[in-house]
Parts: sequence; structure tokens; C-alpha cells
Amino acid sequence: MIDSLLSGISGLLLGLGCFFMLTGAIGVLRFPDFYTRMHAAGVTDTLATFLIITGLMLTAGWSLALFKLGLILLFIFFTSPTASHALARSAQHCELKLPEQSSASDPRSPTSTESPPPPAMPTETITTLERD
Amino acid sequence: MELLLDIALLALLLITAISIAGIKDLLAAAMLAGIYGLLSAGFFMTMGAVDVAFTEAAVGAGISPLLIVLTLALCGRQQRGDRQRAMLALFLVLPVGALLIVATHDMPAFGAADAPAQMHVAPHYIQQSMAEIGIPNIVTSVLASYRGYDTFGEVVVIFTAGLGVLSLLMRSQGIDEPTVEPAPNAQSRDIVLRVIAKVLIAPIMLYALYVQFHGEYGPGGGFQAGVIFAVGFILYGLVFGLDAVRRVASHGLVQFLSAVGVLIYGSVGLLSLASGKSFLDYSALASNPVSGQHIGIIAIELGVGITVAAVMIMIFYLFAAQLRLQPRGPSLTPDHQGTDAGTAHLASQQQGAG
Repeated sequence: MIDSLLSGISGLLLGLGCFFMLTGAIGVLRFPDFYTRMHAAGVTDTLATFLIITGLMLTAGWSLALFKLGLILLFIFFTSPTASHALARSAQHCELKLPEQSSASDPRSPTSTESPPPPAMPTETITTLERD
Repeated sequence: MELLLDIALLALLLITAISIAGIKDLLAAAMLAGIYGLLSAGFFMTMGAVDVAFTEAAVGAGISPLLIVLTLALCGRQQRGDRQRAMLALFLVLPVGALLIVATHDMPAFGAADAPAQMHVAPHYIQQSMAEIGIPNIVTSVLASYRGYDTFGEVVVIFTAGLGVLSLLMRSQGIDEPTVEPAPNAQSRDIVLRVIAKVLIAPIMLYALYVQFHGEYGPGGGFQAGVIFAVGFILYGLVFGLDAVRRVASHGLVQFLSAVGVLIYGSVGLLSLASGKSFLDYSALASNPVSGQHIGIIAIELGVGITVAAVMIMIFYLFAAQLRLQPRGPSLTPDHQGTDAGTAHLASQQQGAG
């Protein structure tokens, strides 16, 4: 009884994870510019990985694999949003920089975040990420 | 199902390889090389070669794209086209590829029992490993003990590669050292990256130690552990700047350690030679041959790990110092961070394999 329930939930989570992964991939292909694409990839990637690993954890049972999957989950939870953040930030440093009013969604310590002068940065760093 | 997975992985490998050859932008090619490494790691996984898959994930998908990106930061990301040379390369590659494809017809089928690789020494390794070496992971016992001589050669190759990079970039290093001006951009100002890096570096190091000392029981060993350990340092260097990471492990120390690893490996060999057995025959190290093997394997894996980690960190130091000499250097740092998070991803993904 409890086994079939667990495998049902885990199947549901795996299916949802695959669905979000797919929507993320479609988003990366179809969205018009760098930031929307990165949004599609970043958000769905974290959520889908979370769902898939949780689904796998439910089937693993009480074992070492469960513990390892939990560690991977924790790791992805830290690294995946950070990677998206770093990507968006480095895009702000090159010619993909957004106009001022939309990048003002960054309230903490203006002296430290705004001080690197963007014009001094090289323009060739990320350019190809948005054109294909 | 297995066949379907194999076909999908191989098709993706083919597509990635062709797009690497076709793409003009070298940074994108470096990223694709990382994807190629990850895909081949997955392919090795389906073939059951877990140790090789782990090495491929750590080296091919993890640190080598990072080093390539550092190189591109030094010498520019645009490919300088040379049509004639490309045609020459194509003329060379096509016949060689055709010959290789023809040669596959004479190869035994995958996993065939009468293949030469299965007939010669492999049965001995599989049947006697537990009695002679006494560790569960046969791959480690073959790599570290039966084929210890070959592994010694591999470590020396890595050490030599480190020496090569050192001798090429050492000159500018010497100029750079006395006039260290605190570059304003050398440290990433981003608080998210700094906090996350601080949170993650300790688990990465711990995982490297786990891989190092768990190599006898599961997939892992000195090579993978060394790379993961170095990634921890490189992550610190990318986020907090070269000066900060040099305060933790100075350039001289890293240089010294890269030689110490080879020295440990070689002296284990000489020790067994001194006790009357042949070179790298660890059974001479203790009164009980099996525990001698244990001691020997742990010692040489430690040597491998130290050399690999030290050489990788040293190459990063040299590249980063070179990059700082160029005025436009540090601005690439946030870009590297993305690559490195990818590396860390891989490190975590491989925990499942262990």
C-alpha cells in the first residue's frame, strides 16, 4: 500500500520534473533575448532538478543512496541559482547591460554593486550568448 | 532501453563534436568541449566504467574547460582562420578516420569473452585481486598495484605538463611578484558569489578527501580527488582574487607540493626495491603482503592526489597572474564563475555514482 503510494508520488514528481525541464529547453530556444532565455533556463532548471531528485529519493528507500541524493539536492539548490546569478551579472558588465530603471531591482549596498564602471569592460565577453 | 540510451548519447556526442569543429567562437567551443566531456562521462557510465566516467566528469567536463577558458582570456576568443592549414588538416583527418572505421570491423564485439583484452591478464586480475590485494574495487587494485608502473608514468606526465606551463609563464611571474599592486577588480564584489563560495568550498574539499580515501572501496582515487581539491582552491581564487588564494597556499608551496607527490610515489617504489622485491611491489612494505598492498596503495594514491591538485592549482596561479598583467584581465571573472559552478555541479552529480 505505502509502496505503491510512494512510487505513484515519485512517478508524478519525475513526470513534473521532466515537464519543467522541457519547458525550460523550449524557453531557451524560443525566447527573444538573453535575459528571458536565462530566466527560462535558470528557474526551470532549479525546480526541475529539485523535483526529479525528490522523486528519486522517494524510490531510494532508507539507504546510503537517499543520503547522497539529499546532498546532491542541497548542492544543486546552492549552485544552480548562483550560476544563473553570475551569468546575469556578467551580462550586466558587457554590452548586454540593461537600462538603468530595470537594473535598479538590486537594492543592497549601491557603492559596492554599482562602482565597477561598465564602459571600461570589454564588449566581447558574452556577446554570442544572445545571438544565434 | 539500453540501446536507445546508447544511441541517444552517441548521437549527442557526434553532434557536439561536429559543432565544436564548425563553431567560430572559441569560448562557445570551450563550453561545448565541457558538454562533450559530460556526455562521454555518461556514456562510460552506461558501459559500466564508473571510475573512468568519474575521471572524465572531473577532468573533461570540469577542470579542462575552465583552463581552456583561462587560456582564451589570455589570447582572445576569436579564431584566426587559416584556410590552407584547415584543408591540410581535413586531408589528414579524413583518411585517418576512414582507416579507423575500417579497423573497427576487425575488432571483437563489445564484451566478447574471446576478445584479446579478456584473454591475457584480465582473468588473473579479476580472480586473484581479492586474495592478493584485498580491496573491493578491482579498478583501483589494477591501477595502483598491478599497473602501478603505468600510473607512475601518468603522474610524471602531469608533473611534466605543470613544469612546461611553469617554464613558459615563469618569466612574467618573476616580474609580477615584487610589484603586486592591489588590482581594484581582482576580487568579485558580488555578495551572492562570495557567500555561496564560502559555503561551498568546505564541502568541496571534504568531498575531495572522501573521493581520495574511498577509492579502494568505490569509484574514485587520487586523480579525481586531486582535481576536485584543486577546484575548491580555484573557486576561491576566482571569487576572492589571486592574492587571497595565494595567502592560503603560496605559489612556492604549490610548486613544492607538485614535486612532493611524485617523490612520495617514487619513494614507495624505491622502498619496496630496498626490501628485496621489485619496484612498486607493495607487498614488501609490511610483514603481511595484503596489508603491505593496502599501505602502498594509500601512499601512492596520496602522492597522485597531491601532485594532481598542486599542478592544477599552479597552472591556475600562473594563468591568473599572467591575466593580471594584461589591463583587461580581471573583467572576465564573473564569466569564469559560471563555468566553475558547472564544475561544482559535476562534482555533486558524481556523488550519486559513489
